[in-house]
Amino acid sequence: MEFWFSEHHTPHVKLSIRVDRQLYSGKSEFQRIDVFDSPEFGRFLTLDGYMMLTEKDEFIYHEMITHVPMAVHPRVRKVLVIGAGDGGVIRELTQYADLEHIDMVEIDPLVVEVCKKYLPKTACRLDDPRLTIHFEDGLRFIRSRKDEYDLIIVDSTDPFGPGEGLFTREFYGNCYKALKEDGILINQHESPFYPEDAAACQRAHKNIVESFPISKVYQAHIPTYPSGHWLFGFASKKYHPLKDLNETKWNMRGIPCRYYTTTLHKGAFYIPAYVEELLKHVE
Amino acid sequence: MLSQERAPIYEALREFERRRVVPFDVPGHKRGRGNPELAALLGEQCVRMDVNSMKPLDNLCHPVSVIREAEELAAEAFGAAHAFLMVGGTTSAVQAMILSVVKRGEKVILPRNVHRSVMGAMVLCGAVPVYVDPACDDRLGIPLGMRREDVELAIKKHPNAKAVLVNNPTYYGICSDLKAIAKMAHDHGMLCLADEAHGTHFYFSDQLPMSAMEAGADMAAVSMHKSGGSLTQSSLLLTGPAMQEGHVRQIINLTQTTSGSYLLLSSLDISRRNLALRGREAFAQVVKLADYAREEINGIGGYYAFSKELINGDSVFDFDRTKLSVNTLNVGLAGIEVYDLLRDEYDIQIEFGDLGNFLAYLSIGDRPREIERLVSALSEVRRRFGKPDAAGLMRQEYIEPEVVLSPQDAFYAEKTSLPLTEAAGHVCSEFVMCYPPGIPILAPGERITEKIVEYIQYAKEKGCSMTGPEDPDIRRLNVLKGVY
Repeated sequence: MEFWFSEHHTPHVKLSIRVDRQLYSGKSEFQRIDVFDSPEFGRFLTLDGYMMLTEKDEFIYHEMITHVPMAVHPRVRKVLVIGAGDGGVIRELTQYADLEHIDMVEIDPLVVEVCKKYLPKTACRLDDPRLTIHFEDGLRFIRSRKDEYDLIIVDSTDPFGPGEGLFTREFYGNCYKALKEDGILINQHESPFYPEDAAACQRAHKNIVESFPISKVYQAHIPTYPSGHWLFGFASKKYHPLKDLNETKWNMRGIPCRYYTTTLHKGAFYIPAYVEELLKHVE
Repeated sequence: MLSQERAPIYEALREFERRRVVPFDVPGHKRGRGNPELAALLGEQCVRMDVNSMKPLDNLCHPVSVIREAEELAAEAFGAAHAFLMVGGTTSAVQAMILSVVKRGEKVILPRNVHRSVMGAMVLCGAVPVYVDPACDDRLGIPLGMRREDVELAIKKHPNAKAVLVNNPTYYGICSDLKAIAKMAHDHGMLCLADEAHGTHFYFSDQLPMSAMEAGADMAAVSMHKSGGSLTQSSLLLTGPAMQEGHVRQIINLTQTTSGSYLLLSSLDISRRNLALRGREAFAQVVKLADYAREEINGIGGYYAFSKELINGDSVFDFDRTKLSVNTLNVGLAGIEVYDLLRDEYDIQIEFGDLGNFLAYLSIGDRPREIERLVSALSEVRRRFGKPDAAGLMRQEYIEPEVVLSPQDAFYAEKTSLPLTEAAGHVCSEFVMCYPPGIPILAPGERITEKIVEYIQYAKEKGCSMTGPEDPDIRRLNVLKGVY
């Protein structure tokens, strides 16, 4: 018997992963949630049939979305994380002892419940005393916040479905308002490779550029995401991702990583020519 | 009588499709084969359903089978004596109402802010309008409903008028006391007509204003394609027991196509079924969404999303809570500026904006996540573009029109163009609309007075948007040749 999970990356390309068994399948108010075990990637979570994370490669995504801003901003005390129901970003953040408070806003309580039960490797720090979880629409939550956060991390799903509002001009504008005067916004920025993803990537970049004075993009290689080439957005009111990088300070923290290093940090901002072209087009 | 679970036109189309009938009739695209690009755009299913009237599918001009059944089901669902399926938009339904009840030289009582389709009907049939002042809210700059005493006065002054027409509700969601007005009309031997272009949902909720059929109106033009969910251009004309079905059908057939679209007809049929079975639930959800949006928008500051607090027992007898009408003056922006910013900066298209307000149209297709986007964008519009000073509004003034000629006579008369300053005393041949509040200052066939010329100049200075005349700057007006 062959049992495969397949996801279309374009109408003409798909990625298939052999599955041992399905551990969970359920439907919330917002989406369908599935958890599988696989021989190659270990346990993995999908939402509406789209790959969210696998045990094998999630470290790349979560380290890159968290440590890059943490190595730049000199004093992060209060963080807002939007999405991130799997707990991976929280796991990384809670390694910083001087962090005082984390607000996590996840629209779907069932995602958190399922991840706590089936994905303990990422959801292991969701009971940290510094963390408050809010189950509501991220766009709604941030609307009333002003001058409050040092760092906002947007760990959203794709720009269609429930995550759509997190790629809009109004959302980035509200983030700007919610950040302190030296705050940083990090978002998962889709892939530049396949045309449809590239268009979403361009739209997001355009919306961020219009909202923040500093707006850069950095990359990582994530095998189970479409094309494997993934981008993150670094938008900031004050700090530059390279000029304000404090390598010594971050390395002194001794946070164990398997992907992120402060050397890779610098390299990640050097993006391919075609991606530069794609982004310059909307700047 | 069939049950509301049925959709006879839809079912007949399905059955017809199953029979795989070979088409040697119109339309010439022959199930899309003759126009592959159109089929690709609209979908195979859609072009296959674009068929001609024939025995198994009935005929809109003289319905005897499935269209008749669909009309009977619609009548039952809307509490009407009869329902006509319309394929020429609600404009055709409004015109059929007017043409059914008045003829050349006869009078009909109307609020001054009637839809242009009513004026079109007057040009067609030669009836004479008697206008009632829709009261105006000076703070918001919007027209309200007709006051009972104003309608009564018009009825007393024009006892030979044939009918009274009422907007139920206005674009902004304001309702007059339709039940009292219908009774007044009937007591004086007149008919009561309702323009319900924005009121389809009234028939399927206890939380919303009274529908025209329930209020005792004799005819109602209902835009199924607005809040009802059917395809654009499809509509319903409802009649009460006092109207003769055959007469109304004859009137409709004067101007209606003989090739009624089955896409439109089946969309009416399916939408009626949906509303009858699930409408109450769906509109309760819309009301909830609109109330939530109002609360959030009013929480931003500056914006005023108004609702039932406007109710005053007369000119605002009731308010349609599904209408998300928002006043923007205290944000320091005109409604039309917010309308443009939402589209250009945030990719959000709303229904309209005037000087002081905008309207976001909520319907059975809305979800909370889109409401969140709208509210967040409004919050950003205020943060990025808001000005500290409230934009001022001019004081509205209602100038009683002097109707010299019927719209039809004015439409066909010889015309000439005069500078605005020399136009006083002449009879106007065009519309002059002023936004806000969206009430005409002049209509074809009305005397231009000194006071009106002054008011046009004043409104222009105040930055009101004026539309209608051939000269967009309104330095000149078209008037009738000769002395009237």
